[in-house]
Amino acid sequence: MSWRRLLGERQVEVPVPPAAGQTAAAARGVSLALGGRTVLDGVDVAVTAGEVLALVGPNGAGKSTLLSVLAADEQPDGGEVLIAGRWAAEWTAPELALRRAVLPQAATLSFPFTVADVVRMGRAPWAGTRAEDEDDAAVAEAMAATEVTRFADRPFSALSGGERARVALARVLAQRAPLLLLDEPTAALDLRHQELVLRVCTEQAAAGRAVVVVLHDLGLAAAYADRAAVLHEGRVAASGQPGEVFTEDLLSRVYQHPVEVLPHPVTGTRLVLPRRVG
Amino acid sequence: MTGTEHAPAPGAFPSAAAEEARREPPPRERPRARVLVRQTLLLTGLTSALVVMALVSASVGAYDIPLPDLLASVAHRLGAGGEPLDRVGESVLWDVRLPRVVLALLVGASLGCAGTLMQGVFGNPLAEPAVIGISPGAAVGAVAAIAFGLDFLGNWTLTVFAFLAGLGTVLIVYTLSRSGGRTEVVTLILTGIAVNAFAMALIGLFIFFADNAQVTQITFWQLGSLAQATWPTVLAVLPCAALGLLLAPAYARRLDLLALGERPARHLGVDVERLRLVLVLLVALLTAAAVAVAGVIGFVGLVVPHLLRMVAGPGHRFLIPAAALGGALVLLSADLFARTAAQPAELPLGVLTALLGSPFFFWLLRRTRNRQGGWA
Repeated sequence: MSWRRLLGERQVEVPVPPAAGQTAAAARGVSLALGGRTVLDGVDVAVTAGEVLALVGPNGAGKSTLLSVLAADEQPDGGEVLIAGRWAAEWTAPELALRRAVLPQAATLSFPFTVADVVRMGRAPWAGTRAEDEDDAAVAEAMAATEVTRFADRPFSALSGGERARVALARVLAQRAPLLLLDEPTAALDLRHQELVLRVCTEQAAAGRAVVVVLHDLGLAAAYADRAAVLHEGRVAASGQPGEVFTEDLLSRVYQHPVEVLPHPVTGTRLVLPRRVG
Repeated sequence: MTGTEHAPAPGAFPSAAAEEARREPPPRERPRARVLVRQTLLLTGLTSALVVMALVSASVGAYDIPLPDLLASVAHRLGAGGEPLDRVGESVLWDVRLPRVVLALLVGASLGCAGTLMQGVFGNPLAEPAVIGISPGAAVGAVAAIAFGLDFLGNWTLTVFAFLAGLGTVLIVYTLSRSGGRTEVVTLILTGIAVNAFAMALIGLFIFFADNAQVTQITFWQLGSLAQATWPTVLAVLPCAALGLLLAPAYARRLDLLALGERPARHLGVDVERLRLVLVLLVALLTAAAVAVAGVIGFVGLVVPHLLRMVAGPGHRFLIPAAALGGALVLLSADLFARTAAQPAELPLGVLTALLGSPFFFWLLRRTRNRQGGWA
């Protein structure tokens, strides 16, 4: 190990962002067991640059695990994972950081950094590259997009859960990676900010990025995702355009609860509602 | 069909938040600049205080050396004019006082820096080498070297033994107190208690086997003191301390990212495994340097980084050098007090820092509990 390597100095090669329609990440026949339980069982998904892919499904279906496999956090037991055209395991941590950004389910912070500091941490992968000049612009843009500019100088620990979630998203956006992997970005948010976050997702896709987002709200998925993959017991039960995939039969079976799917009276977007007695 | 069709256009519904944002334009630049100014002032202030304290420390004692004479002697030795003191004065200054001042600086800086690194690695502001058992662990190595009369590495023997034992202890504490990528306060403190108890038992065992002269040496050393300072002892710890202090700032940025958690840090390109390994090595180096010469001196690594964080924020690029300076200043002042307060006797330094540090630790525990609403 050379001296420079020990210090973690690195010569960074800035990647060329993938063209629209090019596969940004793919899992092929991925299987993974955690703690003796099969969490993923022969999963095939791919996300291309320029689209929003929603991962939906009941609790424990393997959505978050699939996301961490696509993020190269977990090594699958079987099958293969490609990120930016290369085997996931072949990338180093600094190389991956230029190619994918990940929003974890819960945002934590050990020390009272300010919101601006936290968002700026998203720029760390670009230190020492030409893209470093964009740091200020990327941070300001990400904070504006998630409406956290107001909190810039407050300590992260002083924010509410929903505010923290948006700051965490701002950090991920500031990273400006071509692949975004978001684990339940809307979980802690109110109605207005849920819409805001998914609008940000579609904007990111329109800008040529590939977005994979884990969602619980099927209505949001139907309204904003270009494609959806319904996970059920570690397998992909169906995938395709939400309008085709979200059927009463499939959803009732997967969620083990009767589900109604109605077209919106004005826009025609699918509305997914649980059937309630009485 | 794209969902954006029926999504409200931004600005179509001016929300309360947007209204508020418009009313008070975010004060972006000022606070950031203010923090930078404050950090610069603090670093300058600490450095000047350190220089003043070093001069005072070298001049005051059982044999007072007036400051002008002291400066003249220093200038003389540097070959820049001036004149030497009398024979006794010259010997007191150059063979007794100055090595002690330099040693206080090295040990204090090492402790402050080690505390900061440790808190960063554990993601926990209560981590400190003495509190969680690293210093006592290193002490076991040093006591073993004394008790068995080992000196096959000359002056370095004590330091090397302290380093190896310290390193072993950090690794043990680290593996025992972490679960699921997090270190809970309670687990960390309890692990510290267990490791401390075991270290004390080992030290007791070594004392039992030691002869009288060795027991006296061990006891004095255990209370924490810089009284044995000579140039050879300075030389014995210099490599460890210098290596640790020089390398630590290189990891500042990655320590900041580690505050997000291990996975997010990895997502931002940090090789977390390697970072942790290197930092644990550095902590062991710095702690060993301090413990080998001065025994267990607690709380410096806890109090100093904490106060600095409260004043100037948690960014490690500032915190690491500032904690080293602050630690040096605190230890230099404490040592001056320890050797002048009860002249001609000398208070044990470790006892003094523990007297001052323990109440602070207590306050910190209460504050952490109130903040987190429990011990989790």
